[in-house]
Amino acid sequence: MVSVTGIPGTGVPGVGPARPRRRLVARPAAWLVWGAVIFFFLNLLGVVGSVLVSSFGRQWFDTWLPEGFTAKWYSDAWHQFTLGQVILVTLEVSLLVVGLSLLIGVPAAYVLARRSFPGKRAAYLVFLLPILMPPITYGIPLATVLYKFGLAGHLSGVVLANLVPSVPFVILTMTPFIEQIDPRIESAARMCGAGLRSMFLRVLAPLLLPGMLASAILVLVRTVGMFELTFLTAGPDSQTLVVALYYSMSAAGIRAQQSVDAMAVIYTSMMLVLLVIALRYVNPTQLVARVKEEPEP
Amino acid sequence: MSVTTSPHATVATGPPRTPRAHWRHRLAERGVDGQLWLLAPAVLFVVLLFLYPFFYGLGLSFQPTKGGPFSDYARFFGDAYQRGTIWTTLGLALPAALLNVLASVPIAYRMRGRFRGKRLVTILLVVPITLGTVLTAQGLLNFLGPTGWFNRVLMALHLTDEPVRLVHNYWGVFFSLIITGFPFAFLLVLSYLSGIDPTLERAAATLGAGWWQRFRTVTLPLLMPGLATTFCLTFVLAFSVFPSAVLVGNPAGETRVISIAAYQAAYEQYDYPYASAIAMVMGAIELVIISVVLLARTRLYTGSSGGKG
Amino acid sequence: MTGTTPGFSQLRLDGVSRRFGSQDALAGLDLTIRTGEFIALLGPSGCGKSTALNCLAGLLPLTAGSIWQDERRVDTLPPERRGFGMVFQNYALFPHMSVRANVAFGLRMRRLPRDEIRRRTAEAIRLVRLEEHAGKLPGQLSGGQQQRVAIARAVVLEPSLVLMDEPLSNLDAKLRLEMRTEIRRLHQSLGLTTVYVTHDQEEALSLADRLVVLRAGRVQQIGSPQTLHTRPANWHVADFMGYRNLWPMRAVSPQGALVAVEADGFRLVGDPMGDVAPGDAVMAGVRPEDVRVGEPGEAATNTMPAEIEVVEYQGRELAAEARTATGIRVHLRTDRRVAPGDAVALSIDPERLLVFPSDSDEAPSAPLADPAGARLAEPGLVG
Repeated sequence: MVSVTGIPGTGVPGVGPARPRRRLVARPAAWLVWGAVIFFFLNLLGVVGSVLVSSFGRQWFDTWLPEGFTAKWYSDAWHQFTLGQVILVTLEVSLLVVGLSLLIGVPAAYVLARRSFPGKRAAYLVFLLPILMPPITYGIPLATVLYKFGLAGHLSGVVLANLVPSVPFVILTMTPFIEQIDPRIESAARMCGAGLRSMFLRVLAPLLLPGMLASAILVLVRTVGMFELTFLTAGPDSQTLVVALYYSMSAAGIRAQQSVDAMAVIYTSMMLVLLVIALRYVNPTQLVARVKEEPEP
Repeated sequence: MSVTTSPHATVATGPPRTPRAHWRHRLAERGVDGQLWLLAPAVLFVVLLFLYPFFYGLGLSFQPTKGGPFSDYARFFGDAYQRGTIWTTLGLALPAALLNVLASVPIAYRMRGRFRGKRLVTILLVVPITLGTVLTAQGLLNFLGPTGWFNRVLMALHLTDEPVRLVHNYWGVFFSLIITGFPFAFLLVLSYLSGIDPTLERAAATLGAGWWQRFRTVTLPLLMPGLATTFCLTFVLAFSVFPSAVLVGNPAGETRVISIAAYQAAYEQYDYPYASAIAMVMGAIELVIISVVLLARTRLYTGSSGGKG
Repeated sequence: MTGTTPGFSQLRLDGVSRRFGSQDALAGLDLTIRTGEFIALLGPSGCGKSTALNCLAGLLPLTAGSIWQDERRVDTLPPERRGFGMVFQNYALFPHMSVRANVAFGLRMRRLPRDEIRRRTAEAIRLVRLEEHAGKLPGQLSGGQQQRVAIARAVVLEPSLVLMDEPLSNLDAKLRLEMRTEIRRLHQSLGLTTVYVTHDQEEALSLADRLVVLRAGRVQQIGSPQTLHTRPANWHVADFMGYRNLWPMRAVSPQGALVAVEADGFRLVGDPMGDVAPGDAVMAGVRPEDVRVGEPGEAATNTMPAEIEVVEYQGRELAAEARTATGIRVHLRTDRRVAPGDAVALSIDPERLLVFPSDSDEAPSAPLADPAGARLAEPGLVG
C-alpha cells in the first residue's frame, strides 16, 4: 500500500525511479522494523503471560509450564490482601481525582488555549512543572506537608497528592484540543444570541466532550497505575491496588508467589478493562497527544 | 485595579474621562478580563499543592537536624555511597530514554499512514503503559528469571548453556524501563510524525530528493522539536524509576537509584530534611538535563508543520 | 421572514478605534448606517476591515469610540445582546449539529416556542434552498452549501444588522459568483441591513449600496459604487479600485478645469482630484479599460506611441501591457486583436485620467518603469 499511495518512507536509500525495484529494496528495512516490533511484543507477552500462567499454577519450578492448574490463589489473594477494600479505595481515589482534575483543569486549559495575557508563559511553565518533575522529588515534600496538616494517611491525602500530576495532565491534553476548535464557532454562538453560559454548555461542551473523555480516561488510568505518590501518602486504609501489590511483592517469601501473581492479574485485568473502555472513545494515539489522521490522497 | 478606579487617581491624571470604562479598556486590550477567573482554581491548586510543598521542602532541606544549613547537602555529596546514586540513576535513565526515542523513530516512520492492523498495534502498545512499573516488575521476575521462559528459550536454542542473570541487577531495571518507556515514546513520536503534512515529503520527492534526503532534510527537522519533547517526557519517566529498581534491581547495590536514597532517608530514617535535600538534588539534576534539551529545542524550527488542523 | 424588522433607523459608529499593543488596527471609524443599507468594508488584508466588523459585532472590545443604535449605546453590550447576525469567513458552523439544529440554534437561545422555531427554521432553510440537506452535519456538505447554512443561521433571527466577514473568499470562482447573486437576492427580498467585509473590489461594487475603503486602519473614502469607481478620493483608493496605471508625475500648469502633468518630457492632461499646484508631485491614474488603442501616427491630446509587450486573452477582450517610447508601462484592455511587438498609439480621455496629489514618498504598487520613475520618486522632488 505504501508504494501505491506514494507515501515516502518505504525505506529506500538511493531510490531509483522504477516502482517495482523500489518495492523490492523496501523489504529488508520493513522486515527489520517489523522484526523489532514483533520481538518487543513477544517479550511483552512473556512478561504478562508468565504472571497469568503462574497465578493459575499449582506449583511451578523448573519447567515450561506449571504442574497443574488451580484458581485457589485468587481466593487466597482476595482474603489475604483484603482486595475488596483495596479495590474500593482505588476506585474512590481514581474517580475523585478524575472529577476534580477535570473541574480544575478544563477551565484553565480553555483560558490558556484561547487567550493571551501577561504572564501566560509563566503560568504555562508552572502548570508544566509537576509533569516534568519526578514524582518522588515533589512527592516527598508534598507528603511531608500533607502529614503536617494531618491529611496524609487518609483518602483525602492520596487524592490531593494524585491531583498534582493529573491537573497539569488535563491542562496539557485539553489545551491543544481546545486550540483546534475554531474560536469563530464560539463567536458564531454568541452572535446567535447565546450568552457565555449557553455558549459553554451547548456549543463548547459537546465539542470538548471527546477531549474531556480522553483526558478523563487517561487520568483514570494514570491514577490507578500511579505508584509513587500514593505510596508516599497512603496509610493502611487508603492503599490503592498497585501499592498493595508492591507491598506484597517486597514482602516476598511471606506469601506464596502465586497469590502475589493472582493479585497482579487482578490489577492487570482492572487496567485492561479501563483500557478497553478508554479505547471505545479514543484512538490510542490520541491518548498521548493531539493527532490528525491524514486522509489518503 | 482598585487604585486606578478610585476617584482620586482619575483626578490626579487630569482630563475627565469615565474611569470604569477606561481601565476596563486598558486591561481588555492587554487581554485581562473576567474570563481569566477560569484560571483561578488551577492557579490555587498549583500554588497550594505544588509550589508551597516544594518550597517547604526546599526550606526544610536547609534546616538539617544537626549542622549548618548546607550540612545535609554536604552529607549527601560527601558520602560516595549516596553520591553514586546520581550516576546510577543517570546510567539507567539516559540510555533507556535515548534508546526508547531512537528506536521509536524508524518504527513510527514506517507505521505512519494507514494500514490494516495499525489500531491493534497501537492498542497493544498502550498495554504496558497502562500496566505500570510494579506489574512489569512482577512479570519480569517471572519471565527473565533463571527458570523463566526467556532463559528457557535461550537454552533451547543453545544460545547459552546456563541461565543468563537478567533480574536483580542493572538489566532487570533497564528492561522494565524499555517495556514501559518505549510504547510511550513511540506513541508520542507517531503522533508528532502524523502531524507533519505528508505533502511536504511528496513535494521534496518531486524536487528530486531521495528517501534518505527527504527524511534528513524535511521530516527530521520538523520532527526534531517533537523528539526533544518526547525525550524529556521519557527521561522523566525513567529518571524517577523507583519500584522496579527495588523489585527487579539490586536496591542495595548497582541499581540503588537516587529515589531509593531519598525514600530511605524519609521513611526508614525519618530524616525529612535530609530526604528533602536529596529530593531537591534529584529535581535539580533532572531539571538541568531537561532545560538543556528544551533550550536546544528552542533553536529548532517549531512553527507549523503544515498540518491543516 | 416575509418582511424586515428594522431594529433601528440608523446605526452610528463614532470614532470606533481598536489598538493591538502599539498598533492601530482601526483608527477613528465614523460611519452612519441607515436601515436596509448594504455597506461594504473594502480594503487590502490588514487594513482593519475585519477588526471593524468584530468591533461592531462585539467580539472585540473597542479601545475608543462608541457605537449607537439610534439613541441606544451598544458597544458596551456583549455580542449576544446586540441582536446582530454574523456570517463568518470559514462559516463557523457547529460541527456537532445538523443543518437544522445549526439554523435553529439562535431561535432556541431566544427561547421561542417550539412550533415557531420549527416553522422559522424550515423557512430559512427553504430560503437558502437546502431542504434536502436539513438533516446532515456540516461536514457532509460542500463549501457552497455550508455557506448557505451560515447565511440561513444568521438571517433566521431577522437580525437588525447582518455582518458578513469575507463570506465568499473560501469558494471557487464559479460558486463565488453564484453566491454573490444569492446574497444580493436575499438582501433585496429581506431588506436586511448588512455590513459586508471583503478585499474584492468587484464583489463590493456589485453588492453594496455604499462602500467604505480602509487602508492601514483609516477610512480613505466612503461613497457609492459609482463614486468610488469614477472619483476615488486618493491614489491609494484608485490603486485598490482597479486603476492599474498609476504614474508618478509632476504637475505643470492648469488648463481650465484640467491640469497638465509631465514626466521625463512626456506630457498628459488630466482631471485633478484635490489641490494640485504647478510643481507638485502627483500620481496620475487611469483604468486599463480607459486606455484607447489607435493606429500609430495619431496625434491628439494625451496620445502616445507605444509598443505592445504582453497580451493576455480574456474572452471578448484582450488585456495587454504596452511600453511607451519614454519607458512608461501601460496596462490596457482592448477588443482590438493586438499582438506583442505591434506599434500602436495609446490615447486617454483627459476626463478619465485622474491626477492625485502624491501624499507621501510611498511608491504605488504599479510603479512607473525605470529612469523617469526612479527620479520622480526621489524625496527631494516630492511635496
